[in-house]
Amino acid sequence: MSVETTSAETAAGNTVYVYEAPVRLWHWVNALCITVLAVTGYFIASPLPTQPGEASANFLMGYIRFAHFAAAYIFAVGFLVRIYWALMGNHHARQLFCLPIFSGAWWSDLFHQFRWYTFIDKQPRKYVGHNPLAQLTMFLAITLGGVFMLITGFALYGEGAQAGSWSHTLFTSWVIPLFGQSQDVHTWHHLVAWGIVCFIILHVYAAIHEEIMSRQTMLSAIISGTRTFRE
Amino acid sequence: MKTETFYEVMERQGITRRSFLKFCSLTAASLGLAPALVPRIVNAMETKPRTPVIWLHGLECTCCSESFIRSAHPLAKDVVLSMLSLDYDDTLMAAAGYQAEEIIANIRQKYKNNFILAVEGNPPLNEDGMYCIHGGRPFVEVLKETAADAKAIISWGSCASWGCVQAAKPNPTRATPVHKVITDKPIIKVPGCPPIAEVMTAVVTYMLTFDRIPELDRQGRPKMFYGQRIHDKCYRRPHFDAGQFVEEWDDEAARRGYCLYKMGCKGPTTYNACSTVRWNGGVSFPIQSGHGCIGCSEDGFWDKGGFYNRVTGINTFGIESNADKVGGTAAVVAGAAVAAHAAVSALKRARSHNDQGKGGN
Repeated sequence: MSVETTSAETAAGNTVYVYEAPVRLWHWVNALCITVLAVTGYFIASPLPTQPGEASANFLMGYIRFAHFAAAYIFAVGFLVRIYWALMGNHHARQLFCLPIFSGAWWSDLFHQFRWYTFIDKQPRKYVGHNPLAQLTMFLAITLGGVFMLITGFALYGEGAQAGSWSHTLFTSWVIPLFGQSQDVHTWHHLVAWGIVCFIILHVYAAIHEEIMSRQTMLSAIISGTRTFRE
Repeated sequence: MKTETFYEVMERQGITRRSFLKFCSLTAASLGLAPALVPRIVNAMETKPRTPVIWLHGLECTCCSESFIRSAHPLAKDVVLSMLSLDYDDTLMAAAGYQAEEIIANIRQKYKNNFILAVEGNPPLNEDGMYCIHGGRPFVEVLKETAADAKAIISWGSCASWGCVQAAKPNPTRATPVHKVITDKPIIKVPGCPPIAEVMTAVVTYMLTFDRIPELDRQGRPKMFYGQRIHDKCYRRPHFDAGQFVEEWDDEAARRGYCLYKMGCKGPTTYNACSTVRWNGGVSFPIQSGHGCIGCSEDGFWDKGGFYNRVTGINTFGIESNADKVGGTAAVVAGAAVAAHAAVSALKRARSHNDQGKGGN
């Protein structure tokens, strides 16, 4: 990746096509899914105030859970398509799935990025794709976090779908014993969800921060796919 | 002496053929078997020599025994108790002292690898097992010795299955569930504090009738009773789906019998048959009585903080906390860090612009 990130590419005024259409589409579908999942997930754990009237006249909890499950299915399918695109797309599409941990330059860039965010280094470095710190946090929160949420989520879903359902056979049957019991799976699913919320706060902030401070397009890059370097 | 069959025992107990056949069909029904299997049960009962059962008590409160002897299904109670030659159960039997201990030795010899060992409670392992003494010896020794000759082991209740309250942190006696002490025998876990009486008798009946252990899930529990959650068969489930919850113990929703989810009911995470079989002869079960399920048949239910919290405690963090507190705090910290960082960035940028401006002049 660092080979591609030549100074010629990052020269001021230069525009590089980074995020292909499937990656951008996935990003925004994911953003929507995660928002729905986080909000509905919160209300599944801490439900809204009691609904008046007959039980048959209401289905609030049912709709909230339906939204959660539907968004989860879309997230899961998106995740699988995204893995396919990591194999088929350009090298930027693979950034989320493989960390170049054996590259000395990557580590050096990672520490530089950390120093840049902590105001120790004055000059930002420019990256065509994700900077190493962004890549690392995305890998932890979205790739690993996403896989964790999908596995625990479908394990909990399989409890309701019951024995014999695909989600019960594939996930519930081994995830519940692994954690000890269902309540533990709920707790961990909940904790990691909060972790992803924290990631989103940092992710959105870092994108805006870099757009302004590092003189390169971040926000428009994930919409149009091209990154332009200013100055 | 020729070993008696179940039917011979029943006959001796004065049970009529008609009652015997009734029992067989009721047993088939309670085990969820097709009517076509009734003749097989009858045949097995008539021809099979009865299997002796040794019932050992470790660190426990005897609630499993209390539950067992109250099995509401009258025939199941009478017949199972008499036919299941409960040859040794120090709570129920008349013999005591050396006489009693001799029974274990005899059964172990006579029925080597052919008796069922039912364990109520668990062995504490600290101080070489001295926290639970059975006939002058640590219970763990008696358990290991007896288990070595048993065909299969039934772990009665949450004590034997998971450890239960005596294993609660910091577990001073190191109370240890049976399956962590005995690893070379098939173990059937029948968790619950106590387990439902009818579930207990049905598990024993199944094993004696079919001469094999019932189908178990990955955690070693019989699928027929622990395959579904309380929530899946709860009669208050419509209120859950509707979003109608009890918010306070004395509110209108509590009077109307709405869902106890917000009061910390563990029905959605508890695998047991309470909402189908119910208790005390099908009279009621906790949720029907207006109290949430505490999840007593689940591993670690005693160490999850309050019974009345939906989002349960996380003891790993050393303080009384839950996922919302931990996650919410992390999110607030992240937000504050972002705001502070943005402020510093803006300041630095303004200063560097000023510097550049001065340099230019």
